[in-house]
Amino acid sequence: MNTNGGEALIKSLELEGVEVIFGLPGGAILPVYDPIIDSPIRHILVRHEQGAGHMAEGFAHATGRPGVAMVTSGPAATNIVTPLCDAYMDSVPMVVITGQVATPSIGTDAFQECDTVGITRSVTKHNELVTRAEDIPMAIRQAFHIATTGRPGPVLVDIPKDIVDPRNPSSAMDWYWPTDAEVASSLPGYKPTTKGHPKKIKEAAQLILAAERPVIYAGGGILKARAAEALLELAELTDIRVVTTLMARGAFPDDHRLCLGMPGMHGNYSAVTAMQQSDLLIALGSRFDDRVTGKVDAFAPGAKIIHVDIDPAELGKVRRPDVPIVGDCRLVIEELVRAVRDLAGDDVAAASPERAPWNQAISGWQETFPLVYEQSEPGGLLKPQYVLEELRSRAPEDCIVASGVGQHQMWTSQYWKFNHPYTWVNSGGLGTMGFSVPAAIGAKVGRPDRMVWAVDGDGCFQMTAQELVTASTERIPIKVAILNNAYLGMVRQWQEMFYEERYSEVYLSPDLPDYVKWAEAMGCVAMRVESPEEVGPAIDKANEINDRPVVLEFRTDSSEKVFPMVPAGLSNSEIVVDPSQGGGGR
Amino acid sequence: MTGQARSSGGQTPRKYHVLSVLVENRAGVLARVASLFARRGYNIYSLAVAPTDDERFSRITVVVDVESAPLEQVVKQLNKLINVIKISELDPRDSIERELMLLTVKALPDTRSQIIELVELFDGRVLDVGHDELTVSLDEHPGRLDDLEELIRPYGIIDLQRTGRVALPKLEHSG
Repeated sequence: MNTNGGEALIKSLELEGVEVIFGLPGGAILPVYDPIIDSPIRHILVRHEQGAGHMAEGFAHATGRPGVAMVTSGPAATNIVTPLCDAYMDSVPMVVITGQVATPSIGTDAFQECDTVGITRSVTKHNELVTRAEDIPMAIRQAFHIATTGRPGPVLVDIPKDIVDPRNPSSAMDWYWPTDAEVASSLPGYKPTTKGHPKKIKEAAQLILAAERPVIYAGGGILKARAAEALLELAELTDIRVVTTLMARGAFPDDHRLCLGMPGMHGNYSAVTAMQQSDLLIALGSRFDDRVTGKVDAFAPGAKIIHVDIDPAELGKVRRPDVPIVGDCRLVIEELVRAVRDLAGDDVAAASPERAPWNQAISGWQETFPLVYEQSEPGGLLKPQYVLEELRSRAPEDCIVASGVGQHQMWTSQYWKFNHPYTWVNSGGLGTMGFSVPAAIGAKVGRPDRMVWAVDGDGCFQMTAQELVTASTERIPIKVAILNNAYLGMVRQWQEMFYEERYSEVYLSPDLPDYVKWAEAMGCVAMRVESPEEVGPAIDKANEINDRPVVLEFRTDSSEKVFPMVPAGLSNSEIVVDPSQGGGGR
Repeated sequence: MTGQARSSGGQTPRKYHVLSVLVENRAGVLARVASLFARRGYNIYSLAVAPTDDERFSRITVVVDVESAPLEQVVKQLNKLINVIKISELDPRDSIERELMLLTVKALPDTRSQIIELVELFDGRVLDVGHDELTVSLDEHPGRLDDLEELIRPYGIIDLQRTGRVALPKLEHSG
């Protein structure tokens, strides 16, 4: 017996290459917090366990490496359920370690006991209760292997106190680090398919070369598979337009001539309509989410579907593909490029049908229905879209932006021009309000060389703002833009449009809390911005501060709504554009 | 691959599917499998679990009443579970199915011999005899269990326990 479970846990994390743990100690995890003192791993002490989870997610979004969070049992475990579910929905690689009461006490309603593996079973890719100290290294190796391979996702390892507490005999163990082969053979039911079927890839290439109105429907899987370059090559080779979903913003440059921007409920008119009228959708790492398809029966009715995903369960889940391909997006796209070249040679255009009418139609939509908003009169309220444009133009090209959930998220996705992968951090599937501040902190920890902005709503900010204390203490200089419209804005928008302006429980007040005082109390530099001419200078000032977090509170027009919009349950053909473009939304 | 499941009291039969799920033989695996049905509101009609000849694995035979399309999605989700090795759907026409039933029935002196005769006709066995009760067992095809149950019902069933079906694919006879 040359070590104990607690030491083995920390050593295992070190060997897995973990550089930073986001966490908060407590009773059951206490013994593990002792060896952390002597470990080179950086521990960031959060103010709420939800913050630890979202920070780990932000870290993973920005770096592609698994984020790690460690918290205690009971309430700490339940507090991290939301980030687990968020990471599960958005396929974010994350490993969460939770303390558990000592093995003899499990199931006795002990202090701070909860059935963590039971509670988190449906929001993790996998979870495991470890009951013997000697199993810890293997459990950690499995967790990282599962979290980062195949379709990435969160894995939770629940560790009872007695097996990590050196004062307890059951923590004694002989150190053993399992080999890759041992890890693989310990998971007989886990063998992700990464290489696409050659026959299917050839069929896909043939469909691509036969299509008159093709659209590439790029999803978050492109980013997870590090396939942005491959996607660019495929799009340019075939000269096919690309939409990037909310989870894929940055996977294809917004300034590229082939880019159509975001599809879906608040997507660009041209992106939504091009998909709707296409005769071939090439879905790459996307999952036909309801926010993209609108009414499924009426979605892209004339389109054949090529669907590439590493998760076989996605193929046919919503829309039956004509060519299903299970595999890693990067590998499959690379093969697809080869297959197209094999069939068409270097002049793909010559081997494809005439696409000029289609390209002209798309250009027409782009010209007629660009993203628009009405700039405010002098002395009028700030337009959130204007704030976003100014934030974007004054930030470095590779600046990372994180957002919460709601109107501000949609405006950020619409008005931030994403030209680099891994610069957009957001909660897509679960739609977790309060995501942005902790996620931005995690992203900044992972990419300290980059400027990181969190764009938040006032409703979201109030959910997780306390993590700015973490940012100040740990000297993580993120920047936060609160678009304060004094409302739960997206709910307000729905109540205005679909509930006859009967506003129910959406008013939050513009100045309670006082965001500037609050931010200052948390160690941030804070400024309030109320008029258009103050916007630029305030942002410039914020961008110059690098030694502490900055919070800019923008007082924005609460009547502003997100357009275009496909009302819930309707077909994407019934997209409502901005009133200035003839939309009936006001 | 749809069959007709027994419905209580002989009402409208429902559609059912038989899945044979090979899993790792360890704690929590059954809960993972079961919860994928539960979250969709699908009832598990019957369930049988036991280790295979290789102690590292167990086989779960699960009968669910659910339409084919949603079942396909559940099967794909089951396949994603780390502890699930393999899933096959068993077509009742191509598989051997067995289930065990224990049944205690009221057996008065004037009906006892009739019941015993019935049970023997089905190749069942009398396991226990009381003053005015009998406990019998039958391991047979689930449909045969249904039949015996219906025939015995008029005598007064006191207790009934079925194990849930187990199944294996039929062997090839050709060649």
